[in-house]
Amino acid sequence: MARVLLFGPLRDLAGWRERDIAAASVSALRALLASEDADLGAALDGKGVQVAVDQAVVRGDVALSATSEVAFLPPMSGG
Amino acid sequence: MIRLTDAPFDPGALLTDFTRGRTETGAVATFTGIARAEAGATTVLELEAYPGFTEAEIGRIAEAARARFGLHDLAILHRVGRIGPGEPIVFVATAASHRRAAFEACDFLMDYLKSKAPFWKKEHGPDGERWIEPTAQDHADRERWR
Repeated sequence: MARVLLFGPLRDLAGWRERDIAAASVSALRALLASEDADLGAALDGKGVQVAVDQAVVRGDVALSATSEVAFLPPMSGG
Repeated sequence: MIRLTDAPFDPGALLTDFTRGRTETGAVATFTGIARAEAGATTVLELEAYPGFTEAEIGRIAEAARARFGLHDLAILHRVGRIGPGEPIVFVATAASHRRAAFEACDFLMDYLKSKAPFWKKEHGPDGERWIEPTAQDHADRERWR
């Protein structure tokens, strides 16, 4: 089970902040989340949303392991 | 020192600690950012970070500042969680041989922190809550350092 984290407006939209979800890749995870919640799925594909796997920003699809941490990072606001 | 805290802090005490024992530094510049009440429109500011990731990203910019301005040292303390008007949100201190580098490094670090650092910021007020994005001015300020 990958640990999935949502931040900022994504967390408010989804109504959760952290979940453990079984997915073999980031694209599989996106598809699963979109099938549960179409609004969230669209927001995760939104402009400026970055994905970090194990705290490193990744681009494109990435395989996930049972211990992966996947974070969806909406545009950062600064402090 | 790069640290996030969910507790209020005393900028004076941080400056005292940062300045202590320096015999070659010559110049320490600091900046303290304070949460504004916006004439009652903001009752609480809520700042969310990604623990570990946020410190690491700030650390990369801190290293760039060290190299660019020849800093001897720097300190960044940033609040997360719920912050009331009048409470310090961020403290930055820079130490260098001479004042220009210390001032400029402090300015550079704040322009980064205000526009690009991995935080998500929400304002709570009498009219509800809203997520805040960097202003055009924040982006323009950061562009000065290209």
